[in-house]
Amino acid sequence: MSGEVQAAAVLGGFAESETQEGGGPRGLPRRRRVGLGDWLLPVYTVLAFVFLLIPIVYTFVFSFNDSIKSNISWRGFTLDKWLNVCNVEGGAVCQAFTNSIVIGLVATVIATTLGTLIAIALVRYRFRARSAISLLLFLPMATPEVVLGAGLAAQFLAVGVPKDMTTIILAHTMFCISFVVVTVKARVASLDPALEEAGRDLYGSPSQVFWRITFPLLTPGILAAALLSFSLSFDDFIITNFNSGSVSTFPKYIYISASRGIPAEANVIASAVFLFALVLVIGTQVSRAARAKRLAKLG
Amino acid sequence: MAFAAFATAEAQPQVQKRKSRIALFLLLPGILYLVLFFLTPLISLVLTSLQTPAEFGDIGQYDYAFNWQNYVTVVQQYLPHILRSFGYALAATVLALLFSYPLAYFIGVKARRWPLLQSLMLVLVIAPFFISFLLRTLAWKQLLSDESFIITSLKALSLMAPDAHFTGTPAAVIFGLTYNFIPFMTLPLYTTLERLDTRYLEAGSDLYANAFTVFRKITIPLSMPGIVAGTLLTFIPAAGDYVNASRDFLGGPDTQMMGNVIEANFLVLLNYPAAAALSIILMAAILVLVSIYVKRSGTEDLL
Repeated sequence: MSGEVQAAAVLGGFAESETQEGGGPRGLPRRRRVGLGDWLLPVYTVLAFVFLLIPIVYTFVFSFNDSIKSNISWRGFTLDKWLNVCNVEGGAVCQAFTNSIVIGLVATVIATTLGTLIAIALVRYRFRARSAISLLLFLPMATPEVVLGAGLAAQFLAVGVPKDMTTIILAHTMFCISFVVVTVKARVASLDPALEEAGRDLYGSPSQVFWRITFPLLTPGILAAALLSFSLSFDDFIITNFNSGSVSTFPKYIYISASRGIPAEANVIASAVFLFALVLVIGTQVSRAARAKRLAKLG
Repeated sequence: MAFAAFATAEAQPQVQKRKSRIALFLLLPGILYLVLFFLTPLISLVLTSLQTPAEFGDIGQYDYAFNWQNYVTVVQQYLPHILRSFGYALAATVLALLFSYPLAYFIGVKARRWPLLQSLMLVLVIAPFFISFLLRTLAWKQLLSDESFIITSLKALSLMAPDAHFTGTPAAVIFGLTYNFIPFMTLPLYTTLERLDTRYLEAGSDLYANAFTVFRKITIPLSMPGIVAGTLLTFIPAAGDYVNASRDFLGGPDTQMMGNVIEANFLVLLNYPAAAALSIILMAAILVLVSIYVKRSGTEDLL
């Protein structure tokens, strides 16, 4: 729903959100005397962000801990864990991490393809059973993950399919499709049909019109959807736990090792992923702001 | 002219037919996928929930039957877990709303003059998504353990009884649920508050309403769609969560929620019918609660 889509938009920094342009007149807060309310809210905001970021900072700091087995008390600074991430437990952390990446990539490609096709159909075509299809797309987002996971596991059990990487990918693709549809749909709806019409007027074949006009215009939405899918898949634990058998993923590894203590190497991987994502997102945000400024200057 | 009209009239159904064939081609793969891996699993969950143990079978072997008694058994056995799930989820949702509203208001309304700051603050809101939520929860477990700085200082200040614990209590589970779902609350709130026309607020104060009345009579009603979306996005996953309540994370033996017993029955005890029946109860209860809530708050066009 909208929260995830918003997250996707920020994640990608691609979806020039329609809400900002189409919001109608809003007016700026009126200038007046500086009172209690004017510093209370900023101070609260700063404190709220500190609260939100505490566990992240903790995880990052403890990736430098010179821990022996479990990573609970501070034993001194070391870069060792960052330099030899895969050396612990015969590389179990790295194996789990690689599995998560592979599962995330495959599930993202399938879910983004299927979801984009549905989104185009929903916006562009009239057909029967429309409300039934909308319901089918909405329900996976409104169902608790534990129900989705148990349902799939019950089905695999009934059919006699052994649980492995494939069943995890099948499960992840399933819950990503709806999020892709919602994200891409907004983009399709904001597309100007006149552009495609112009392509047809210039004797473009349907496939030429799609690949030269429609697809490039949809790319920002599709990329945002893909990023959202990947992050949903990468961080999923509950559904994975029901459908993974003996295959380990990064979240599953953490869950299982939680009882005996997480090695600092897990913190290293999580921190590296965090920093990578943060740089990516802030980079796109800043370049977007710079582009907007340039455009404003030109206009 | 007449000929042209004829031609289009004839061509129309042809185009219509081709178009609906294209729509079918676009929809079919994805819809088929969801039918196979979402809808059929729900049906097999219902079937599983009605199974009985196989007569001469091992543990974990069941026969198809119509044993609705399973539902009675799990409700009797797990009523505290069911109530706890919804109680904790409700508490976490209310807390997350109280936490997120001022934050979303500042980002969406007060920070409008600085678009770059606004988008950087949004990045900070979703930053927790970039790090595994299991690790975040474990970080809180360490930060709030009995030997931690926070808890020892609270005890030194006599704000907490010397022999009290925080981790393992219902408060800790609610705390964890709240923390983990705050971004899901803040983002939809931000989306509606960002579009709030502040001239309405000025009109309110011009008519001699005080700040509180303006907030209650104008800001809250106008941000209702965000409140509804945010509370749903928090409540649904919170009710089904089992990580926060797990013993290895923030919970204890007396904080187990429905998710925990579904997991234990399915993956450890191999009591699939019980796990399936509990899942169906969870899903049905959530669907009923959500539809009542959405009807009452008058925002039915959420999607």
